[in-house]
Amino acid sequence: MAWTRFSKKKDMPGGLWIKCDDCGAMLFRKEFEARHRVCASCGYHFTLPGRERIRLTVDEGSFEELFDDLVAEDRLGFVDRQPYGEKLAATREKTRENDAMIVGTATIQGHPCVIGVMNFQFLGGSMGMVVGEKISLAIETAREQGVPVILFSCSGGARMHEGAISLMQMAKTCAALSKLRAAGGFSISVMTHPTTGGVTASFASVCDLLLAEPGALIGFAGPRVIATTIKKELPKGFQRAEFLLEKGQIDRIVARDEMRGELARLIAYATGAPFRLDETLPTPEARVAGSNGRESQAGPAGASGPAVDSAAGGDDAAPGDASRKARSNGRRKPAAAARKS
Amino acid sequence: MTEHKQADTQQNGLGFERPLLEMEQKIEELKRLAQSTHLDLSGEILALEERLRTQTAEVYGNLSAWEKVNVARHAERPMTSDYIQTMLDDFVELHGDRLFGDDRAIVTGLATMGRHRFMLIGHRKGKTVKDRLACNFGCAHPEGYRKALQKMRLAERMRLPVVTFINTPGAYPGIGAEERGQAAAIATNILEMFDLSVPIVSIVIGEGGSGGALGIGVGDRVGILEHAYYSVISPEGCAAILWKSGEKAPEAAEALKLTSGHLLQHGLVDEVIPEPLGGAHRDPQGTIQNVRSRLETWLDELTALPSEELKEQRFRKFRGMGLPVHAAELAGS
Ligand SMILES: [Zn+2]
Repeated sequence: MAWTRFSKKKDMPGGLWIKCDDCGAMLFRKEFEARHRVCASCGYHFTLPGRERIRLTVDEGSFEELFDDLVAEDRLGFVDRQPYGEKLAATREKTRENDAMIVGTATIQGHPCVIGVMNFQFLGGSMGMVVGEKISLAIETAREQGVPVILFSCSGGARMHEGAISLMQMAKTCAALSKLRAAGGFSISVMTHPTTGGVTASFASVCDLLLAEPGALIGFAGPRVIATTIKKELPKGFQRAEFLLEKGQIDRIVARDEMRGELARLIAYATGAPFRLDETLPTPEARVAGSNGRESQAGPAGASGPAVDSAAGGDDAAPGDASRKARSNGRRKPAAAARKS
Repeated sequence: MTEHKQADTQQNGLGFERPLLEMEQKIEELKRLAQSTHLDLSGEILALEERLRTQTAEVYGNLSAWEKVNVARHAERPMTSDYIQTMLDDFVELHGDRLFGDDRAIVTGLATMGRHRFMLIGHRKGKTVKDRLACNFGCAHPEGYRKALQKMRLAERMRLPVVTFINTPGAYPGIGAEERGQAAAIATNILEMFDLSVPIVSIVIGEGGSGGALGIGVGDRVGILEHAYYSVISPEGCAAILWKSGEKAPEAAEALKLTSGHLLQHGLVDEVIPEPLGGAHRDPQGTIQNVRSRLETWLDELTALPSEELKEQRFRKFRGMGLPVHAAELAGS
């Protein structure tokens, strides 16, 4: 349920070049940012800061932030190497954010929705009283306005510094979702790298639709905890988005550059609104075969097509390799589909 | 008490029990001596017993958070199986999640306790080494949580309240558990418990280990035994992450405010159920009796409520846990 094990390695170096976490390629920072932090070489999806996520997802100028003045209190007087109250103040100062959750109303390709985005930059996106409250408020706003709610998660789990108060945010967010469901509302969860612990074990896993970005680490326990518990090395690609898809745990894997279009389409299905296939979307054939590499395996056509590496069965060294394969498969397939048509 | 046992208590964080155990041993010796020699030692024994009571009260009145964690984990503390044996007049165990398997880390079944009938769902830790292994030390897999949910829905159809006993170090972190959706199983239970139209009573009887506890813990009434704990993460896990050392578990336990009193103070549980002097393991029968009497009261209260009202109260309680403040208020304080 803890978040800090992820907090070190994702820090972006400040220089001109960035080394890919996954394939080690040196990426020119400006190009990397223009590609929304997706590695040009291997397709690895880096963690995206919350504000960037919103910019990338919603129609320009449509986002109206809500509940942005909510802040946490150090109710436990929690002190590890620094008092939590000081840590909060310093993080607020540094990130210019009040906590790890940004929510508001917006439109996506014209479709109104409520969007909530976890911000990993704020204490690892950890869920405490503010995050839990804002997620619940986002869900309730969606219920009141009769629009779908989209929740992007990116979090190591509950915020330990708030003790069992943070644990109960799991119950709080599910309580809100339960009401939404009873009222006939609709929710979409998008799990991005990383989504673990109390976030995965609450709202993020029980929305109506579960999407994930390629290669995202998604799980209940962190991989290190599991490895220590079972005293064994973990299988390749374990707990990656492709692994979850393989195991039947999520509906779809959606690449970052296709997310906006996909969300618009899914919202339209949920609300009954018409949608047009924007030029930002790949062609329908390409999408069936390509937007995630695994779908082709479902039908007999896929079985005779090029073999798709199992996310859990790859023979490469780095666990992140699963994402590269899924991505490159995704890139290859549309071309093949296009040839057929 | 053997020396072997005393060494054990040092190792497992129960060092504070040592003087009490020594005194208990002394009293036993005196009683044996009195019996074998026919000497009248009743005065001495009474005096020692009085001293033991005072000292036990003092020790148990001043337990640190870490010490309480170890009392909550005590091998002789009454477990779900003890409650089933002692507290219930009848129990019909119902197995399996109808999907994958029968997780022995969670026991479920139909229960009768006096005039009350309910669906009992409880973490099971096991008593013997073999049992403990079979129950995976109370660490459930997704099929355990799915079994619990399936039985809760069954209870709803049978118009029976649900009673859950929480006693787990946490949900199991393993490959199979992840493959079968541990997080989703817990999340689904939490979500569905808000929708359940029958009363739910949850009691933390030992360890309330994080999501694995909450997965059967969305109760209309949530009680916790005096020396039980409920935490977002184990003290060891928290220490490893924030202090970079598992040995700082006592500090982490303190910081996490995981004891019953703190939980009550923050409105995260509804009531603390007192334990007999010296902890539940000194008097399992007394402990079980205390739990039983709370259960009876709560079941009476809750079964009187219409289900919509019940669900609305349940929603409001958890919806209101840990409300943040507005930035302006913080600046003003
Ligand atoms: Zn790369």
